[in-house]
Amino acid sequence: MIRIENLVKTFGAKRAVDGVSFNVERGEVLGFLGPNGSGKSTTMRMITGFYPPTSGRVSVGGHDVSVDPLAAKRLIGYLPESAASYPDMTVASFLGFVAAMRGLDGAARAKAVDRAIELCFLSSVVHQSIDTLSKGYKHRTCLAQALIHDPEVLVLDEPTDGLDPNQKHEVRNLIRELGKTKAVVFSTHILEEVDAACTRAIIIDRGRIVLQGTPEELQARSTLAGAVTLQADGASAEKLAVLGRVESLEGAFRIYPANASQGATLAAAVIELVNREGWKVRGMYSERGELDEVFRSVTQPDTVGA
Amino acid sequence: MRAIRIICARELTAYFTSPVAYVFLVIFLLLAGFFTFTAGAFFERGEAALGAFFGWHPWLYLVLVPAVGMRLWAEERRAGTIELLLTLPVTAWQAIVGKFLASWLFLALALALTFPIVITVNVLGEPDNGAIAAGYLGSFLLAGAYLAVTCMTSAITRNQVIAFILSVVVCLFLILAGFNPVTDFLVRWASPAFVDTVAAFSVITHFDGFQKGVIDTRDLAFFLSVIGFTLFATGVIIRGHRAG
Repeated sequence: MIRIENLVKTFGAKRAVDGVSFNVERGEVLGFLGPNGSGKSTTMRMITGFYPPTSGRVSVGGHDVSVDPLAAKRLIGYLPESAASYPDMTVASFLGFVAAMRGLDGAARAKAVDRAIELCFLSSVVHQSIDTLSKGYKHRTCLAQALIHDPEVLVLDEPTDGLDPNQKHEVRNLIRELGKTKAVVFSTHILEEVDAACTRAIIIDRGRIVLQGTPEELQARSTLAGAVTLQADGASAEKLAVLGRVESLEGAFRIYPANASQGATLAAAVIELVNREGWKVRGMYSERGELDEVFRSVTQPDTVGA
Repeated sequence: MRAIRIICARELTAYFTSPVAYVFLVIFLLLAGFFTFTAGAFFERGEAALGAFFGWHPWLYLVLVPAVGMRLWAEERRAGTIELLLTLPVTAWQAIVGKFLASWLFLALALALTFPIVITVNVLGEPDNGAIAAGYLGSFLLAGAYLAVTCMTSAITRNQVIAFILSVVVCLFLILAGFNPVTDFLVRWASPAFVDTVAAFSVITHFDGFQKGVIDTRDLAFFLSVIGFTLFATGVIIRGHRAG
């Protein structure tokens, strides 16, 4: 549904987005990760036609965004980073306005507004003016706006920003649910969301894609992936060292596989060793790898070259 | 057309859901009355005409029209709603025209509410109602020209105060270019052709005809081209922000 080829956006001398290409098909949820200022929002603004690209091509549902922006925009539901809405309007009138702009009238409009209100849990504030709402409600009002015409493509810039943990959970479930029938791109800097909602993730840094793959593939790149953490009475680092590199933690040992292929069999090998030595096991964990660590290893901190 | 209509309706509603509309209407009517009756010496003139009323409009609008239009784009940019608006299936010009029309209709309403003065002159004497209608048309176009200038200055900045001041300055130029004290001053050292050229940019020169009841196509063309040009400039400015 979304095709991006070699997308570039420069602001003055700064290349905010520098040759990004990717596709998102129906049924996919693409997580877009990156440090602040890495070009996530700029890319999304080019997908939605807000920024014209300096070079490169974006097409949505087969419509080139630069050539036929209206056809492309009709297919997209967009939650901007600012999650801005008109503060002097009520939630109902704001959603009604967006529905009207999306070409919905009469009964269809009322139905769309009701559906969006229900999806985003806004029924308690329908007739309140937006400037009296808390941040979470404002954010969900803007999310409701993006969903109102049941779009085929969803572009969500930090959809869980400013929500409480319960709301975050609900929104992630919603995204996963919507992702079954739509093409979804969402940006975040909360890494656990990748695991919770994405079918695929892209890490972008200083305008370039530095890593992409399924959440499992990304986690597997962590040095921690496949490592086994063992808490056992009588265990010693020397004896464990035959299995791989051993790190001593507080009251526990972590054994790293020598290579990725060994990862699958490491746990079995540890159990065998434990049985042979007669150690008393109090806990044993197989590590999946931390996205955090992968993220830090492929991106530069803000302070470098900023 | 549909998108323009919906945007226009939203903007117009926005005026009335905040106190802005009511404050503006009251102040506009008070000032219009003050200028006409006190400063314009309406009764002392002893004429059944609205010269004392329309004559002040270029000055009255100078402050009030930028106040109505200053938020149009500055506020959208400050609040970030411009991103929302322009990613809906509309073109930038539809949004520009929709917003402009909403404010212009609002100004038309304010102007329409001055109807008691028309009744007053009709009670007191036998005015030329055709000339009064022409005066109203001219005043409406004048407000539209100022408003379009304000649209443009509002698109330049995200600060409403700056938009207001820039707009007042530009509109003041549009007045002063044809204001007698200024043209008299220019005549002393510039060629008459130059003075005429400058004066041709003035709203005063073009508004005069309407006040006398003359609807000249050149005057109509002047106001409509000021509106057209500044709205076009608004589009260029908005495109410029996004192009980076």
